[in-house]
Amino acid sequence: MSPEFLVAVIITIVGAATPILLAALGELVAEKSGVLNLGVEGMMLIGAVTGFAVASTTGNPWLGVLAAAAAASMTSMIFGFLTLSLSANQVATGLALTIFGAGFSALAGKAFLGRTITPFVEVFPAELARHAIWRVVFGYSPLVYLSLIMVVLTAWFLKSTRAGLILRAVGENDHSAHSIGYSVIGVRYAAVAFGGAMAGVAGSCFSLVLTPMWAEGLTAGRGWIALALVVFSAWRPYRLLAGAYLFGAVMTLELHAKAAGGWFSVVPPEAWAALPYLATILVLVAISMRRSGGTSAPACLGKPFLPTA
Amino acid sequence: MDANLPLRLELTGITKQFPGVLANDHVSFSVRPGEIHALLGENGAGKSTLVKMIYGIMQPDAGEIRWDGQPVSIPNPKSARKLGIGMVFQHFSLFEALTVLENIALGMDAKIPSRLLEAKIREVMNQYGLKLDPHRVVSTLSVGERQRIEIVRALLLTPKLLIMDEPTSVLTPQEVDQLFIVLRKLAAEGCSILYISHKLHEIKALCDTATILRAGKVVDTCDPGIETSRSMAEKMIGGNLKDIVKQGGRSLGEPAFTISHLSLPAAGPFGTDLEDISFSVRKGEVFGIAGVAGNGQNELLLALDGEVASAPGAIAMDGHPVGQLHTSARRKRGLCAVPEERNGHAAVGDFTLSENTVLTARNRLGMVSAGLIKAGAARTFTGEVIAAFAVKALGPGATAGSLSGGNLQKYIMGREILQKPTVLVVNQPTWGVDAGAAAAIHQALVDLAASGSAIVVISQDLDELLSLCDTLAVINEGRLSARMNVGEVSVEEIGLLMGGVHGTPEETHIAPGGEHAVPA
Repeated sequence: MSPEFLVAVIITIVGAATPILLAALGELVAEKSGVLNLGVEGMMLIGAVTGFAVASTTGNPWLGVLAAAAAASMTSMIFGFLTLSLSANQVATGLALTIFGAGFSALAGKAFLGRTITPFVEVFPAELARHAIWRVVFGYSPLVYLSLIMVVLTAWFLKSTRAGLILRAVGENDHSAHSIGYSVIGVRYAAVAFGGAMAGVAGSCFSLVLTPMWAEGLTAGRGWIALALVVFSAWRPYRLLAGAYLFGAVMTLELHAKAAGGWFSVVPPEAWAALPYLATILVLVAISMRRSGGTSAPACLGKPFLPTA
Repeated sequence: MDANLPLRLELTGITKQFPGVLANDHVSFSVRPGEIHALLGENGAGKSTLVKMIYGIMQPDAGEIRWDGQPVSIPNPKSARKLGIGMVFQHFSLFEALTVLENIALGMDAKIPSRLLEAKIREVMNQYGLKLDPHRVVSTLSVGERQRIEIVRALLLTPKLLIMDEPTSVLTPQEVDQLFIVLRKLAAEGCSILYISHKLHEIKALCDTATILRAGKVVDTCDPGIETSRSMAEKMIGGNLKDIVKQGGRSLGEPAFTISHLSLPAAGPFGTDLEDISFSVRKGEVFGIAGVAGNGQNELLLALDGEVASAPGAIAMDGHPVGQLHTSARRKRGLCAVPEERNGHAAVGDFTLSENTVLTARNRLGMVSAGLIKAGAARTFTGEVIAAFAVKALGPGATAGSLSGGNLQKYIMGREILQKPTVLVVNQPTWGVDAGAAAAIHQALVDLAASGSAIVVISQDLDELLSLCDTLAVINEGRLSARMNVGEVSVEEIGLLMGGVHGTPEETHIAPGGEHAVPA
């Protein structure tokens, strides 16, 4: 296996892993505050179409990313209003959000089918970014570096800042947090908004970097993998990073298996395509079979907060 | 105490209306600086509502709160703490998955760097002899240690008024003594203490003044040093307190319920292993199991009532092994049980009382035929329970969740006792139940024993066990002590057994022969 081939493989893995990493980080923060938002996939689609629309209209991919974050965050506020202010069931509302996101993005994206955008400018000088070997470190889109920075920031925020402590406290015991005097609903709104923004950026990763174009259902269920990844990581940001690259590798296997042909073609391509989802199911089963697996989840995850006072 | 100082806290005409209930009706009382003031009353008398208003969790509909002579409004707990009001809750507002330090940091309004906070915590702990490791995760701590977190958290703010809501209900006698030393020291330094408790002898031992609430109104303010426990209890319930009447000279029959070498591994990371538990209860005997919460009581109840199967011979009724039988089969044989958690374990909150009756009494009382529920029979029996145990409920059609804790407990106890079980296992029969209702439940248990049933009472309330039981044993870290005859054993001895590893603060960290539940 030549180094160039290895570099190509790693770059596809990182590319595939980055959107699920971004989306899962946002969901991790929301879940740490006690909110289970199953609408990640829908928010990603809204982010993807908004990012693409803005980028192709303005010609600036960064504006696209910002718009994607804003649009998905606003979408998550629908979820927030229903589940936090009106105490609707989080699972049902999250599923509805995914369906809404899929439908809305398909409708809004009609006008942008087949359009193109200006890609991101490389972060590093071309000698490094295009170098046959060094591009494995320096040749990625800015969103990849953003995702890595966000992992570090999120871990630091949750572990070392007071705001992070309050957020974890709200997810662990909402009534206690309330009785001490923290705004449970306020903290959860903020966490949901952050989760939405990250899902939006993750969506824009598809339409601005990976494909780069808009097509209906562009995110292809990656939002669900992001959700599984949060459980897989036991709500720890650095384990999330490892998990995302592991899933990225599984997803990439499909492409390389098709390309490689040979005995790989014994297995039908549909089976390869199903691999990431099978892996998701296996990981979730393995985690729920582990006896201590349940205890790492935030204690109030998915429960609506109704102050007794 | 200096009479010239303004009153620390003065309430005038505090009124709070909830839908359907007047929780506080023109409540007025005052607390002087350095005074330990008891707030007494039955469940639902309005104590909790009152202190919640003082701590800013709720707002009064009418009335005035004066603090150091000045009228104040306390819109939220934060402003209460700003005034110098600290509160230690009955149900700890702790975060299990976080460390002691993080828990305390959450209760602080000011942003303090964690190293500085840790130094301050150690200072307060040394000053008051409270021992705690700031870096332990709360879920690995005993109840007494958890309470210490709450106290340290409150003390860090150097409060001028400390509210303690039922602080001793989960402590060993030694831990209670330790707590009282801290509280007296605080009071001597000028901090006022508002002390809520059911335990009248504690109030006599600790408090300077007691304000007694009944049905939302102040009925009396008295000096607990002069009053007797009985006179205060009668003021609380507004009537005469009945003593438990035990028939003299009753003889105990054959062993009806025998546990031999019962061992079970813990079900979860925070559970307790049961290790080689053996005891036997005779017909007509009330056998008590004392112990501090979290030492295997819940695991033991699950093993005894059949929710967790054990070795066939480990549990026997009248000589027949039942260790592998499930709950319904054991109930058919006459073993009824009442778990500690009433809403969600002993009863389904969203079901009506009648439906809840069917859940445990269907076989013993023939409430199901050919797979169909006999709703009439269930309703009739539920009505009997409500009448016999004076359950305050709208009727058999009321949902279990709509009852107050004490009333639901009365219903659950009544439902099991009126099924006339041959063996009854109860965990915390009067937890959070007021004095009048507790007396009624105790009497019913004693009467059931007198009719020949074998009864196991698991409780953290030593007074309850001593007044109720014929024999008792102590559970600690999943092991049961030898049985002792009530009347031949002192509270101190039992207390030491209860303390075992967890209890006494000195031993908390260098526990001989045992570790705390290991964090996962």
